[in-house]
Amino acid sequence: MKSQNKVIAREAFSDVLATGAALLAVVVGLIFAVAGRDEAIMIHGYIFAAAAAIACLFVANRTFVSDQANDGTGYFDGPVRVATIATVFWGVVGFLVGDIIAWQLAFPVLNFDLPWTSFARLRPVHTSAVIFAFGGNALLATSFFVVQRTCRARLAGRWSPWFVIWGYQLFLVLAASGYVLGVTQSKEYAEPEWYVDLWLTLVWVVYLLVFLGTLARRKEPHIYVANWFYLAFIVTIAMLHLVNNAALPVSFLGSKSYIAMSGVQDAMTQWWYGHNAVGFFLTAGFLGMMYYFVPKRAERPVYSYRLSIVHFWSLIFLYIWAGPHHLHYTALPDWAQTLGMTFSVMLWMPSWGGMINGLMTLSGAWDKLRTDPVIRMLVVSVAFYGMSTFEGPLMSVKAVNSLSHYTDWTIGHVHSGALGWVGFVSFGAMYCLVPWLWGRRGLYSQRLVEWHFWVATLGILLYITSMWVSGILQGLMWRAYDMLGFLEYSFVETVEAMHPFYIIRAAGGLLFVAGSLLMAWNVWKTVRGDEPVDMREQPRIAAAPELREAPAAARPVPAE
Amino acid sequence: MDWSKHKIFETKSLVLLIGILVVVSLGGLVEILPLFWLSATVEKVQGMRPYTPLELTGRDIYVREGCYLCHSQMIRSLRDEVERYGHYSLAAESMYDHPFQWGSKRTGPDLARVGGKYSDEWHVLHLKNPRAVVPESIMPGYPWLAERPVGSKGIADNLKTLKAVGVPYSDEMIKNAEADLKAQVDPDGDGVEALQQRYPKTMVRQFDKDPSFVSEMDALVAYLQMLGTLVDFASFDASGPNLR
Repeated sequence: MKSQNKVIAREAFSDVLATGAALLAVVVGLIFAVAGRDEAIMIHGYIFAAAAAIACLFVANRTFVSDQANDGTGYFDGPVRVATIATVFWGVVGFLVGDIIAWQLAFPVLNFDLPWTSFARLRPVHTSAVIFAFGGNALLATSFFVVQRTCRARLAGRWSPWFVIWGYQLFLVLAASGYVLGVTQSKEYAEPEWYVDLWLTLVWVVYLLVFLGTLARRKEPHIYVANWFYLAFIVTIAMLHLVNNAALPVSFLGSKSYIAMSGVQDAMTQWWYGHNAVGFFLTAGFLGMMYYFVPKRAERPVYSYRLSIVHFWSLIFLYIWAGPHHLHYTALPDWAQTLGMTFSVMLWMPSWGGMINGLMTLSGAWDKLRTDPVIRMLVVSVAFYGMSTFEGPLMSVKAVNSLSHYTDWTIGHVHSGALGWVGFVSFGAMYCLVPWLWGRRGLYSQRLVEWHFWVATLGILLYITSMWVSGILQGLMWRAYDMLGFLEYSFVETVEAMHPFYIIRAAGGLLFVAGSLLMAWNVWKTVRGDEPVDMREQPRIAAAPELREAPAAARPVPAE
Repeated sequence: MDWSKHKIFETKSLVLLIGILVVVSLGGLVEILPLFWLSATVEKVQGMRPYTPLELTGRDIYVREGCYLCHSQMIRSLRDEVERYGHYSLAAESMYDHPFQWGSKRTGPDLARVGGKYSDEWHVLHLKNPRAVVPESIMPGYPWLAERPVGSKGIADNLKTLKAVGVPYSDEMIKNAEADLKAQVDPDGDGVEALQQRYPKTMVRQFDKDPSFVSEMDALVAYLQMLGTLVDFASFDASGPNLR
């Protein structure tokens, strides 16, 4: 009885604290809204204050509702559900904006000559929406799901997990609306201005604390390998974010700031950040996802424990050095370029260690590739991971880079990783998660997953092959000499030559968008609780754990 | 090998956390920190100066519109690039750039030395409608730049902030920032001489040919026209003692 009183007192304290923090945030938002020195920061002030006010109501509405009453499973899955829906939503937005700017490159009239619709303001919307919004929410959802299951513990915190999820959505809205309004630091993948960076820092610290707190209360003696990768991702992104965004605002009530570093030091810092946004956000985090969902869906143990140890430490150690390969033959000192290239080539090994561990987990279950499109998506994602982590070291070699750098080859490379690896592993994880989280017997339609898989795969192939051709073609045209020793092509001739490939790329992107719409429809129907249309084709593991016990034959068959 | 030694990382989350932090810190420490104190990183050259208030305003517009997403400002030390764009870029040429604008993609050409290559009229026409002067261009048009006045009021604050992060703006430069901004588009005005004394090699003219107000077009063209023009390559010896 006494301990129960203590719990109630602690929860009440936490409610008061959360309400107080939200009220404080309303005040901060209103200060920016009223006293802001430019239009953008005033708009952001209003958005911030409104979000904080909603948070305030949200907390007040649930005050004195005990944690235990929130959820019957013993796990804290509300925030995971929100992040899952957000993943699908932002995925569609991010892919769509990407395809729009792809068409803009083929047909410049689509820029409409307006400030808010020009390619260069929308491009960060696309990159942030796919990396941080789609990818980030997939990581938030799966990390919160996985850490609870593998620790057999409820998420730490009463309001903090909600704060992480919704605070992160607020960050995304502020970032994207800022880009359209012309608020940017111009550092690729770190475009948001100082005040949005500070907000993300706060959200991220709470994320780390929730994750560590959950590890601390685990009932399993060992920390499962997926959590090593998630933890490395969270910690390293915090480090990269803080250093690369070091900036001094012109005014504490204005959106403009200047970065603390300049020139060559700033370039090195940026690509140390930029390449490790790939290495830790888009790789380590998603490897964590792979290490849970591939074995789980295949119902097989991870192939090699030792390989996971070796490739974990070597991957996180080597990745951080690879940044200078973005700066070959530039004004960056040669020693740094050489270091970057060397470590990038070495990085091939731990990358393939991860690929082998993922693929070989299918040992003895390869037949599932035929029958389960979800596991096929997961496995093909690992194959794309293997392909792009071979291509990466290749492109980091100075001789190759002299041709590939500044061209579309880089864009194609990034997309084989982003669409093939990050996209497919996230889709696979979402298709697993949705029936599990909403207590369904399976997905609404497994055949739609089949369609999603093939439509998206075709889209990726069109995308990366057209970018290989255009990138290598452009690189060769730039350095072509005629018989008299003059440069053969003017720059604009190389632009003209790209036109057909830009159309093929945009068409491939359109297929990828179409695939994501199929997913959104499928997820919507599953969440709503519509009876699955092809239940008999779905594997046992597709169902939520509590509905999984009965053998396949004994399951009730839906009326057809 | 005794794999059980790894157990401490798998059972103590704080040990795992510290292990990760140590391992991921090394690369950055070795690759980034020396760049701040190895004097050979940035060459000693003649002619570099901070941006004039108008050029800085133009640069802020360049950043705001995301020009760096399609245009690099970094000529690599490769034969075809040097022949196409001019002398390879020196680290010294971007030492006052907060942040750097080297870029990563050439959907359009490199701009590190675009200054002086085209006339002001060409730039204005091109920015308003790129296809009016380059029919095959895929660049967006920016006709609205010419209609937007530059807010000169807060420009001194921008200089002050840059001074705080290391750009050698003098107190005099900060004090006269607003006047200098206006003086750069007023060739017949009184402030020209003082402006050019503070900022050598400054080009003073009506960049967008509209004398009624200082537009964002003025600022952006002023910035583009000075890119790559500051370093005196006659006195720069790539193999000489002034380097590295």
